Amino acid sequence: MKLKDKSLGEDIFIIFNTIFMCFIVFITFYPFYYVIIASFNEPLDLLKGPIYLLPRKFSLINYRYILQDRGILQAALITVSRTVIGSLSSVLFTAAFAYGISKKWLLGRQFFIMMALITMYVSGGLIPTYLVIAHFLKLRGNFLVFILPNLFNAFNAFIMSSFFRKDISSEIEESAKIDGANDLLIFFRIVLPLSKPILATMILFNGVWHWNSWFDALLYGGRKLETLSLYLVRAIQSASATGQAGSFISTLGLNTYSVRLATMVIITFPIVIIYPFLQRYFVKGLMIGALKG
Amino acid sequence: MDQKFVSKRKNLIWKKFWDQRYIMILVLPAVLWMLIFSYLPMLGIILAFKEYNPFMGSFLEGFIKSPWVGINNFIEIFTDKYFLQALRNTIYYSVLNLIIGFPFPIVFALLLNEVANVWFKKFVQTASYLPYFISWVFVIGFIYDIFSDNGVVNGLLLKLNIIDMPISFLVTPKFIPPIVVLSNLWKLFGWNSIIYIAAITSIDPTLFEAATVDGAKRFAQIWYITLPLIKPTIIILLIFNIAGLITNYGLFEQMYLLSNSAIQDVAEIIDTYTYKMGIVLGRYSYATAVGLFRSLAAIILLASANFISKKLFEEGLF
Repeated sequence: MKLKDKSLGEDIFIIFNTIFMCFIVFITFYPFYYVIIASFNEPLDLLKGPIYLLPRKFSLINYRYILQDRGILQAALITVSRTVIGSLSSVLFTAAFAYGISKKWLLGRQFFIMMALITMYVSGGLIPTYLVIAHFLKLRGNFLVFILPNLFNAFNAFIMSSFFRKDISSEIEESAKIDGANDLLIFFRIVLPLSKPILATMILFNGVWHWNSWFDALLYGGRKLETLSLYLVRAIQSASATGQAGSFISTLGLNTYSVRLATMVIITFPIVIIYPFLQRYFVKGLMIGALKG
Repeated sequence: MDQKFVSKRKNLIWKKFWDQRYIMILVLPAVLWMLIFSYLPMLGIILAFKEYNPFMGSFLEGFIKSPWVGINNFIEIFTDKYFLQALRNTIYYSVLNLIIGFPFPIVFALLLNEVANVWFKKFVQTASYLPYFISWVFVIGFIYDIFSDNGVVNGLLLKLNIIDMPISFLVTPKFIPPIVVLSNLWKLFGWNSIIYIAAITSIDPTLFEAATVDGAKRFAQIWYITLPLIKPTIIILLIFNIAGLITNYGLFEQMYLLSNSAIQDVAEIIDTYTYKMGIVLGRYSYATAVGLFRSLAAIILLASANFISKKLFEEGLF
């Protein structure tokens, strides 16, 4: 398929292209690498000057501090809870709707589809949404504020709906119906187990979103419901307010800056591990998104 | 007779609904969700034309009883110099992001396609979209680290004798735009290239074989085969990008996290302005009006991008 012409220009191109690709890989990974080595460096030593490739003075004190700090541990607990509960409930809730609109005979199908489609392009905006959640539903300071507003996602509904329509054989459903099963039973006992791959990727995708999000925690959570991301946001803002890399937490030689680095490692680690598994789904999802418009 | 027919029809629908009650149990909760979390806020846009007071009893009471103020909020918006500054900044960053962030993924996809080693190709691609999944909090946190006075960037510049004193990048307005645009590029180029890579992979390989036989070199093949065949994808994504110019949520996170008092003039964008006015200062109606302006501008952008692309390329979204 490729040109097998061994001219000089060809060779130069291949060399430069390879160097360029290596550069891409380097700039992609260096931030993670840097944060890891910096988080393992002794905090006071780090303030003396930059490190580039290896820790100058190895130390575990940042991680030891995190494991003792109640605030961070509670934030971690809330983050894990909202990620697990939030992504599972959202995918199940959205899948139920998606299954419904995948049936051509559904009463009011066009209306429901239209209703969901509109939510993809029109929204009330930040303030009306805030007022509904905080003033009308009074969810501020309630853990449910992480779950309820994120239960449904129209984009995911359309992806799952097209999956249910195309990839699940209607014959199994028909025969289950003849055996007296209702739609609810069919959905939970037959359709969901058959859709495990797409559900799993959806849950992972949703989980990454929950794991990273902090703005809702800032708006509705307060100190009581601080997540890891929000903890980082506050650490960054205190850094920008003082104009310095960090202020000192105690006489231990720790500072918010170095603790922040360790938190950044912890918050990114799970994502680096799971994101390669998301690949298959999102290529598909992007295509559907692009085609549907 | 007519009456009877209507009631019969009603009965039929009711019967159909009853027959479908189990699937309705699956569908209707999401419908209720949409009414509360999507359509109720849409109704709340009315607040832009009112003066909502949160201390007027319950939310609904306040919503109904608050006085109408017509377009007063909008008049105030366009006479507020901080809003106009935020609007200018939003357009500035969005256009910069588009000019630099849009072509790069195409170039990257084309170059990646020329990598012969399948394993290396796969590795680079997988690496390139990792940043998409990483939160802005990490990215900005990293930026604070490397651009701080004793960070990596100042360290390198001092070592190479380019500067004699460390530069405080993040409190110097002129360094903010490049930092914003480059971090945006870093985070999104791999993700944005996925669709081009998919489009290039789906090109019929016999086209390249035929071109090779005809003596077309590598660049000729890219120029005359690959690019024309991925042109529809490029156009669709360009429309999407133009339409999303001022509704870029990532830009909000970036600017919110980067902002400090020294760079306020360059860091304020419409979304951070809305947040400050509405959430921080509690001027709900005013901030709703700002949000409405932003949505209208987005719709106008989408429609005009679509119109222009139809005129120029005879291809559009709708």
